[in-house]
Amino acid sequence: MGHVIELSDVTQTFVSSDGSPVTALDKVNLALNKHEFVSVIGPSGCGKSTILRLVAGLIRPSAGTVSIYDLPVTEPRDEIGVVFQKPTLLPWLSVLDNITFPMRHKYGRVDDKDRARAVELLAMTGLTDFAHKRPNELSGGMQQRVAIARSLLHDPDILLMDEPFSALDALTRDELSFELLRIWTERPKTVVFVTHSIQEALLLSDRIVVMSARPGRVAEIIDVPLPRPRSLDTLAEPEFNRLARDIRLKVFSRKPEANAEGFAA
Amino acid sequence: MNPALLKLLDRAAPVLTLVAVLLLWEIGCRAFSVPAFVLPAPSVVVSSVPSLEFSTWSGHILATLQVSLIGYLVSILLAVPLAIGITSSRFLARTVLPWLIVIQSTPIVAIAPIIVVTLGAGAVPRIVITTLISFFPIVIYTASGLASVPAELIELSRSLRASRSREYWQIRIPYAIPHIFSALKVAITLAVIGAVVAEFVAAEKGLGYLILFSTSSFKIPVAFAALAILVCCSLLLYAAIVWLQQRCFPWSVSKSAD
Repeated sequence: MGHVIELSDVTQTFVSSDGSPVTALDKVNLALNKHEFVSVIGPSGCGKSTILRLVAGLIRPSAGTVSIYDLPVTEPRDEIGVVFQKPTLLPWLSVLDNITFPMRHKYGRVDDKDRARAVELLAMTGLTDFAHKRPNELSGGMQQRVAIARSLLHDPDILLMDEPFSALDALTRDELSFELLRIWTERPKTVVFVTHSIQEALLLSDRIVVMSARPGRVAEIIDVPLPRPRSLDTLAEPEFNRLARDIRLKVFSRKPEANAEGFAA
Repeated sequence: MNPALLKLLDRAAPVLTLVAVLLLWEIGCRAFSVPAFVLPAPSVVVSSVPSLEFSTWSGHILATLQVSLIGYLVSILLAVPLAIGITSSRFLARTVLPWLIVIQSTPIVAIAPIIVVTLGAGAVPRIVITTLISFFPIVIYTASGLASVPAELIELSRSLRASRSREYWQIRIPYAIPHIFSALKVAITLAVIGAVVAEFVAAEKGLGYLILFSTSSFKIPVAFAALAILVCCSLLLYAAIVWLQQRCFPWSVSKSAD
């Protein structure tokens, strides 16, 4: 009790395109505390994204329960912000209008308060000068910043991020990771962060959920004892590298058929 | 050669080619004394234009434009809602789509006479024929545009619990704009073809009618002149659609596949 997000014995089965049932998640148990940053890591097909979709209320579990603030999730809820792998901005809207789009889409109008909040978020993400540009005039990293700003518009308690930096180059990825840390420190939120990158997970998280695939199961939950605030120096600490090696070994041991995918740090 | 000259040549290439072809055509006709009823030289075609009064020409041109544009508008009004229907309802997709394919597979030229018999001799059968020929690409391109929206954007919409109508108006339809314009460009030229086919079958004016009428009385130069005007009309209409897209939806231009 008292958890912000709780998955208990969640099983999710899909019918695949050839008609056979596929178990995406098998009896997954997971509980997140208030303002906790939890990363979910694992090979492709381990159901990482399925967990996000369940928490977002986009799909219902085949068995078990998903609850937010002890209430079962039956439909998408207001206290959630979602960031996807791709920025998924609307090319016909300016950056500012993209950020206020959730309000326009949900309520059909954008009031001054939302607009002021969007301007504030632009400043927070360093995009003030780009407010009136179209998304295609922005770099991939900047587009993803806009997507993050959009997800924060209604100041959600819970942020769900589905490999948000995986489509970016390594330098931009680091830059945005630190930026996310800063935003999260300024406005604490409960975050579920799906990623392929062990380094990213270590840098950002309080805990890391290591998943195994087919069927998707929670293999291990690892506490990250690195002190906060974390910075570039954190990456250079011997402790950081030791933890990274540990996790890599754990992921490897779950997936004997060695395959570079899923381990890229 | 000097680069500035090369660049100029590159720019002028389309026009130069056109002039060269017309010149060759003219020289060929004169050198081999080709009779005008077989292949009139460009100069003969041009000089045949005054054989009809200006008001006669404009009457024919306007008649064809009128049928093309009305048929075109009707096909847009039918096709876009139909595309929304078949992308939003599996039932509609399963029931309507096969009929669309049947209609598209029917040679319109072959059913044109039947339509004229059924619907009488007025403007209606001509508009129906034009619509039939131009609406299919609009349905298909629009539907594929509506379906091309990234799944994540639809999930964003669902996560906001937005209504279906907002999902269409604020996401799917704007997303389909580049696709719709690709369709509109194809369809405008098809609409002109449709109008001409209809005029071949049953009409008392229009450029298609004029071509048919002049060839039957061996006024081949006039037929060629009408043909040239027809091509110009078609190109101008196409350019108008391109202009409209750039004017109203500048963000969509780089994305459109053409």
